[in-house]
Amino acid sequence: MLLAIVIAVIKMLILFAVLMLLVAYGTLAERKVSGHIQDRYGPLYCGPKALLQPFADGLKLFFKEDIVASRSDKFLYFLAPMIAIVPAILAIGVIPFGESVTLFGRKIPLVMTDINVAILYLLAVSSFSVYAIVFGGWSANSKYPLLGGLRSAAQFISYELILGLSIMGVLMIVGSFSLVDIVHYQRHMWMVVYQPLAFILYMIAATAELNRLPFDLPEAESELVGGYHTEYSSMKFAMFFLGEYANMVVTSAVAVCLFLGGWYSPVAFLAWIPGPIWFLIKVVVIFFFLLWVRWTYPRFRYDQLMGFSWKYLLPLSLLNIVATGGAMLFIVGGV
Amino acid sequence: MKGAYWPLILVLLLGVGFGVVVVFFSAILGPKRPDPIKLSPYECGIDPIGDARTPFFVHYYVIALLFLIFDMEVVFTYPWAVSFRSLGLFGFIEMVVFIVVFLAIFVYVWGRGALEWE
Repeated sequence: MLLAIVIAVIKMLILFAVLMLLVAYGTLAERKVSGHIQDRYGPLYCGPKALLQPFADGLKLFFKEDIVASRSDKFLYFLAPMIAIVPAILAIGVIPFGESVTLFGRKIPLVMTDINVAILYLLAVSSFSVYAIVFGGWSANSKYPLLGGLRSAAQFISYELILGLSIMGVLMIVGSFSLVDIVHYQRHMWMVVYQPLAFILYMIAATAELNRLPFDLPEAESELVGGYHTEYSSMKFAMFFLGEYANMVVTSAVAVCLFLGGWYSPVAFLAWIPGPIWFLIKVVVIFFFLLWVRWTYPRFRYDQLMGFSWKYLLPLSLLNIVATGGAMLFIVGGV
Repeated sequence: MKGAYWPLILVLLLGVGFGVVVVFFSAILGPKRPDPIKLSPYECGIDPIGDARTPFFVHYYVIALLFLIFDMEVVFTYPWAVSFRSLGLFGFIEMVVFIVVFLAIFVYVWGRGALEWE
């Protein structure tokens, strides 16, 4: 039992370190990609190729003045930034990143724990992140954060519905909630081939859940100053961004597990590359896709945003369920 | 064999611990130069007018209620989706009926204008 705990802690620390590195360099990548898309360089001076920029930013933020807004609800005001990072860290507990390895005669699966309700757990955990935004927006007792928080809550729950419905087709085909089973099912063919509509719906809903452009109404800087984090400073402010980037990494990882074959190599002759490397490559590709989308499209108007979710995506995701069921029964035949 | 649930407690401890430590160090490091104007709510530089805790647009509540209704239906669909292969044609027809009911509610809600944002 003690050995099992030690192994679990080691796996957790490795996952956490990789997550934090991806978050740190995700912020740098965001600035670099946005720079090059807008025909400028982005950060240049911190270390070779600006590779030390994330650490410089972190240190700077720790030593900034920590403002506590005078009319705020102190408890929620401090609680919100703490909650912002928790959902992403909770999610790493069930994400599989490779087949098992054998060390000292023990077979160690490369996932913290392969629970049989992993998908339900992920959905439950990810819905926590709305609390950070709503508490942060409400507690500061200032008008712009309040508007940002309200918008965010309505947007988040609308797209949560689509997120839940879009993965239903995958669950029907695989017949399991376990992410490991879902990845094993894709040994020969990626799920995105069977479920292209579900993949598109999942990516749209995930982008909206992450509050990223073109769905970044909660923090629309040109209308709401900064949105729900207007009254925060120092590392409390940065926690919301750490949370956002960590959620991006986790969402990319889940998309890879559900639709893009997890740690399996897409082509047979590259199968000698270890699974975790493949997994990382796919996560980075999806992450880059999210950055690319952000710097390419303009923002929705709020009524368009809500209408888009309820009037178009919801019927489409229901159609996807019926079509998947029908295809499994009548075309493939062998249910 | 499926894994145990206890590693998730470790992850929860890590997540909460990380949040508390970062917010704590952010509060003790760094200078402290409070000033009534600096700490007042930000309203583009002019003096804040009134309180932010005012009544807001009722439509947010409507969306929240709709979410509750529809999300309940989604939750009912999960167990069906996972056991779809063993349910066969009967299960499929049942789900089509369920989705037709779902769509009936949806059409009603849409017709009443609950999805229009002013």
